[in-house]
Amino acid sequence: MIQVSHISKIYKNDSVETVALSDVSFEIKKGEFVAIMGPSGSGKSTLMHVIGALDLPTTGTYILDKEDVEKLSEDELADIRNRKIGFVFQSYNLLPRTTSLKNVMLPMVYAGIPKEERIKRASDLLKMVSLGDRQNHTSSQLSGGQQQRVAIARSLANNPSIILADEPTGNLASVQGEEIMAIFQDLNEKGHTIIMITHESYIAEYTRRIIHLRDGKIANDNGNHKQRQANHH
Amino acid sequence: MDFSETLLSALEALTLNKLRTVLATLGVVIGIGAVIALVSLGQSSQKAVEAQIQSLGSNLLTVMPGAQTSGGIRQAAGGVTTLTYDDAKAILASPQISSVANVSAELSRRAQVTAGRNNTNTQVLGVTPAYREVRKITLLNGSFVAQRDVDGLSKVAVLGPQVVTDLFGEGANPVGETIRINRMSFRVVGTTAPKGGSGFLNQDDMVFVPLTTTQKQLFGVDYVGSISIEAKGENIMSQARDEVGYFLLERHKLSDPSTADFSIFSQADVLGAASQVTGTFTALLSGIAAISLLVGGIGIMNIMFVTVTERTREIGLRKALGAKKKWIIAQFLLESIILTIAGGILGMLLGTILSFVIANLINLPFTVSLSSVILAVGVSGGIGVLFGWYPAQKAANLSPIEALRYE
Repeated sequence: MIQVSHISKIYKNDSVETVALSDVSFEIKKGEFVAIMGPSGSGKSTLMHVIGALDLPTTGTYILDKEDVEKLSEDELADIRNRKIGFVFQSYNLLPRTTSLKNVMLPMVYAGIPKEERIKRASDLLKMVSLGDRQNHTSSQLSGGQQQRVAIARSLANNPSIILADEPTGNLASVQGEEIMAIFQDLNEKGHTIIMITHESYIAEYTRRIIHLRDGKIANDNGNHKQRQANHH
Repeated sequence: MDFSETLLSALEALTLNKLRTVLATLGVVIGIGAVIALVSLGQSSQKAVEAQIQSLGSNLLTVMPGAQTSGGIRQAAGGVTTLTYDDAKAILASPQISSVANVSAELSRRAQVTAGRNNTNTQVLGVTPAYREVRKITLLNGSFVAQRDVDGLSKVAVLGPQVVTDLFGEGANPVGETIRINRMSFRVVGTTAPKGGSGFLNQDDMVFVPLTTTQKQLFGVDYVGSISIEAKGENIMSQARDEVGYFLLERHKLSDPSTADFSIFSQADVLGAASQVTGTFTALLSGIAAISLLVGGIGIMNIMFVTVTERTREIGLRKALGAKKKWIIAQFLLESIILTIAGGILGMLLGTILSFVIANLINLPFTVSLSSVILAVGVSGGIGVLFGWYPAQKAANLSPIEALRYE
């Protein structure tokens, strides 16, 4: 489903080159639950942006569902973000002064889903994350854990096959963090591919595969057979 | 994503910061208001001038002494003395001229007019009885200057309503009273009905006396200031102009029309010139108003930039969730168009009220043309697009990652 081969990302800033990713290759199959770990500055956010079609690699190829992402137009990339990928951010990123229901409906608006269906699906998704009674609350009226659950409901709006979560529990107390992780596990069991950035190992333990990044390179990948074979040679 | 969603989301964004929305709109309100008010006042005054000139008669030709525009040095019209009362009489009597109904010779000067202890400086107009028909004068009291007054150099006067007011008080009937023009006594034989008008066209602030009396007794000249010719119909104006022109050339023993010592104007000429003056004036004022509109537009652009910067995170998020570039552009463009159209409509109301008040204050007919209303709404919408485009582009071109990171 996700094929990353020899990806590098180099940021140029005032003639200073920063290498964020260097020759990264791996493959993620449908239904996997992967954690990407690494210290800050190791390139995990950059990798996440590339996988999420928010950013293009400087070199290398990224194939998502048999499509070369680099060859897609800006609008096609927007479509991929809209339908194939659900984002969950560390700082929730809900629209301020907007109700939970409307926040969850937003990706469906961009997908052109009719209003009645939008409302019904958003409402169902909020019930699924146990926020059925908070539909008309704005984000400032919700706790951090509740906001993150709204964000998860939003990431599921267009039933994407991949969910990308960037430190989803980073701003939460551990009890709330565990609730969130339970939701992710549940979603993984329902067949969603989940890729999660974290720097907490107890969170990474929920996953079946952990990719360790260091200085823009893969330091360890307990599920990447190709990588392991490459390391042997 | 359809239009109603975009519209709704633009409206929501605008209602989140009401004070800012109102302040941003204010610039356009004032700009459009100024344009509408000035354009409609300009049109009102143009209409007023046109109405005044029309009231002088639309089948009227005026012969002025002095050369036509061509041929070396042009003498100022009225400053020369080539026309006489005999010319006027000859035009009417000529068998060659078939298109002329009536001819009136006139000589006008400003003079001091007194009655008892009151005095006024007014236009003294030497006329023949023909003047009354040519210029459509209506009498309020008494009678007009008669042919025997002209023949006998009678010292009689007919007063305009403004002169009556100045000398005898408003609404007085001075027929039979005596006035003095340049210390010469005149008997008032009639007064004219108000005709309206102002400035050089004011036909109410006049004293009519027999032409010959004006020439010989008052000012000691033997020429006339102008000859007014009433054509038999509006459609034969150019025929009348040619007939009179060639007749006078022949009479003045001139063979080449370019050496003519007189000029012939129609009311249409005067109307055209006056319209041009008020038109230029209106254009000038509108130009000034347009500048304020431009400033209002820049204000909108400024606010839109602030909005884009403030909502960078939101834009990044929308893009991450799958918003296409054109949707971001549509939303921000729509926000600025709503601002400017709302400003345009409010400005239109403001301008209309303003021009209504001013028109009433300075006694002009009140008009707001449909074209200026359409212009205002169109222009304000255009300003919305023009000044909203760049901020909207800026918003749409934000990289989603950088936008999301923005604090």
